[in-house]
Amino acid sequence: MPGASSVEIRKVNKHHGQFHALKDVDLDILPGKVTCLIGPSGSGKSTLLRCINFLDEYESGEIRIDGQLIGYQSPGGARMPGRTLREIRRSIGMVFQQFNLWPHMTALGNVTEGLIRVRGLPKTEAERRAREALEKVGLSDKMASHPSRLSGGQQQRVAIARTLAMEPRLMLFDEPTSALDPELVGEVLNVMKTLATEGMTMVVVTHEMGFAAHVADQVAFMEKGELVSVDVPDKILHNPQDSRIKAFLRTYHERNSF
Amino acid sequence: MDWTILQQYGPLLLSGFGTTILCWALGTVFSMVLGLLIALLQRYGPRPLGWVIQAYIEIIRGTPFLVQLFVLYYGGPLIGLRLDALPAGLLGLTIYGSPYFAEIFRSAFNAVPLGQIEAARAIGMSELSIIRRILLPLGLVSALPALVNFSIILTKETVILSIITVPELTYQTQRMSTETFRYIEANLALALFFWALVETISRVGRKLEKRVTRHLIERT
Ligand SMILES: Nc1ncnc2c1ncn2[C@@H]1O[C@H](COP(=O)(O)OP(=O)(O)OP(=O)(O)O)[C@@H](O)[C@H]1O
Ligand SMILES: [Mg+2]
Repeated sequence: MPGASSVEIRKVNKHHGQFHALKDVDLDILPGKVTCLIGPSGSGKSTLLRCINFLDEYESGEIRIDGQLIGYQSPGGARMPGRTLREIRRSIGMVFQQFNLWPHMTALGNVTEGLIRVRGLPKTEAERRAREALEKVGLSDKMASHPSRLSGGQQQRVAIARTLAMEPRLMLFDEPTSALDPELVGEVLNVMKTLATEGMTMVVVTHEMGFAAHVADQVAFMEKGELVSVDVPDKILHNPQDSRIKAFLRTYHERNSF
Repeated sequence: MDWTILQQYGPLLLSGFGTTILCWALGTVFSMVLGLLIALLQRYGPRPLGWVIQAYIEIIRGTPFLVQLFVLYYGGPLIGLRLDALPAGLLGLTIYGSPYFAEIFRSAFNAVPLGQIEAARAIGMSELSIIRRILLPLGLVSALPALVNFSIILTKETVILSIITVPELTYQTQRMSTETFRYIEANLALALFFWALVETISRVGRKLEKRVTRHLIERT
């Protein structure tokens, strides 16, 4: 994919009130590669992901997207102007666990919204691109439907189309399948796999170990706000050295065996 | 009961009813707009402004409309604010209703899921666009039942305008009673007119509500 982004995360710290949610986190997101973030609940996966597009504001350290610092004008410096932040965000897609579609707009309206308001495209051109994006996620027949008339899997695919239409160079996924009924997980993962093979840079917080094992180029394990280890999937998922990863995978297997 | 008296006073009562509707409609629109502005300033304005607004809300909600209207109409001239009865009444209604509407909007805005606002931020939408395209449409829809409800309450507050001689329905029925001593007929007419007004508002409100929520209700 032309212009896939890279992300450098250096010594990032973040508090939620008193709670130290990210502790000196270091991570390199490679261009065109898939990075999966795994770890127990409350370990800071979502927080880290949301710091990448500055939805969560980290306090110290640096997060650079293609070399450009996000959130601050300089490391430890003043906050970046809103306009600059919005410009960076345009090229970062984000997909949420709860889809977060706008319920008063149709599927097509959800996708054209950003094209019209943010990219400033005329309506007809926006609709052409929105149709393309919806076709890509297999929803050409649902364009006129409101979210309340769509299944969870369909809603999540609209959400993916909404970010895809903006032509992002980096996509962030926060447990995109966790709110779905088991039989709907596959359709969303398939769309994500296609994106991965096309060379999109993706950061995916997930509990789908199968997806991490087969699609990820690297897997990062977090616990208690620390990035414990990052390596190829096989090393983390099948031959973990760290006892914390072993313990996490043990409870995962226990929960998923029958 | 003497219904011929109603015939005689019919035109007067009708003109009073017209004034009542005018006061109610304008008062509702003005106080709703002011309330919306207050709610937005509370949400996006600086902290100190929020405190000032909170104080305003507490003061207006903590005092009777009657007192506010007296202060405005009879106290206003002392500080150079000399208004005719009707404009004073409208201004009074606007001030009186605004904090209630502000609170309705505030809680409706809070009910818009944060995730839907974050989704807009994540694609780089400006806060102004987010207000116009996400917060307002969704907030207004969830506020609608409460907005209708309070505008119904406001119909009955217009009665108080009679004490500063706004020639609305109550004022005219009182005139009819004192001139004819037909208290029962006069008050019955008053009640009927109000009932018709309230019934119409609530019907229109229900229709509107049905219309704007038709896409939002989850299929089960
Ligand atoms: N807005 C917030 N205010 C206060 N605490 C928060 C907030 N968001 C997250 N936290 C806390 O920060 C910690 C990390 O949260 P985070 O959502 O990043 O975890 P996570 O790894 O994504 O967990 P999960 O797998 O359950 O989604 C948790 O203990 C959580 O309670
Ligand atoms: Mg999470």
